[in-house]
Amino acid sequence: MAVKVKIPVPLQRLTGGREEVEGTPGTIISLINDLDRKYPGLAERISEGGKIRRFVNVYVNEEDVRFMKNEETEVKDGDEVSIVPAIAGGGVFCKKGGR
Amino acid sequence: MEFTEEQLKRYSRHIILPEVGGKGQKKISGAKVLIVGAGGLGCPAGYYLAAAGVGTLAIVDNDTVELSNLQRQIAHSVKTLNVNKAESAKQTFEALNPDVNVIAVKERINSRNILNLIRDYDIIVDGTDNFPTRYLINDACVMLRKPLVSGAILRFEGQVTAILPGEGPCYRCLFEEPPPPGLVPSCQEAGVLGVLPGVIGALQATEVLKLILGKGLPLKGSLLIYDALGVNFRKVKIPRNDNCPVCGKNPRIKELSDLPEEYCSI
Repeated sequence: MAVKVKIPVPLQRLTGGREEVEGTPGTIISLINDLDRKYPGLAERISEGGKIRRFVNVYVNEEDVRFMKNEETEVKDGDEVSIVPAIAGGGVFCKKGGR
Repeated sequence: MEFTEEQLKRYSRHIILPEVGGKGQKKISGAKVLIVGAGGLGCPAGYYLAAAGVGTLAIVDNDTVELSNLQRQIAHSVKTLNVNKAESAKQTFEALNPDVNVIAVKERINSRNILNLIRDYDIIVDGTDNFPTRYLINDACVMLRKPLVSGAILRFEGQVTAILPGEGPCYRCLFEEPPPPGLVPSCQEAGVLGVLPGVIGALQATEVLKLILGKGLPLKGSLLIYDALGVNFRKVKIPRNDNCPVCGKNPRIKELSDLPEEYCSI
């Protein structure tokens, strides 16, 4: 068993279209960095300088990590992690682009 | 106010529900709802609220109908191409239900006009497609303590939540700040499955009716996420943030302001 990580639609092109991937137990930030080795580009879209970006939320089993130990929140086997970006009809994860 | 024979017939499937009844239908008829945006979300939300017989329905939009809107913005048609969207939606909703007083507000909502626009309404529906307006509506609703039903869509995914100022968290408790403009692609670039805003807009209308009726559990303190491809509905909790810049213990935002236009370029 591993940690289940729900990938939001705008990031699924980095995970080969997969909406759920498996991660390694540990802290949230180590989990994200670990996933980045498998899916390059993922970490920089979710975090910056080791901190989760302010328009992205990370949930462990429906609980917001900001109200736990933030990036240092520990996740274990069987936990479900959701990455949820703010959306508004456009998107947030693409690189700078024209209209 | 008594219902006419025709109204009794029109709303019979509501009135027959014990949770609605004649009393609930009267609440719906007396309600005043304002929808910001007559686009992908505002069209279906407004359509169902008009069908339900919401007494006063205002729609705010200063855009005009384009052909590329018709893939999802179901209140418009080829007959209203180039017509103001609020006006186009008004025509559609009035044709569906003449009981409803539909008000088309052909303005772009901003920090100067928003408080006056929303002041007289019971519930606000956010159907906007950009972050500056989304945060502006949130802040104004917190300041005037107006219930707000917020919806957002992208590609194959949608989010819905009900914000009840004073009782639960607000949009800034959820996401304190909008993403910086550089990370936001254009709408054309992102794309959206046409039916997705239909699902999310209908969920918003459902929450509005529940708030009017005072029935069921409002979607407060939770964000409902719909993933059309994976066929998943899931909820995550939104705790109230004591440090929230607008509804926290020491709010920093005491006045409304407009974010730079770059944020709008979606």
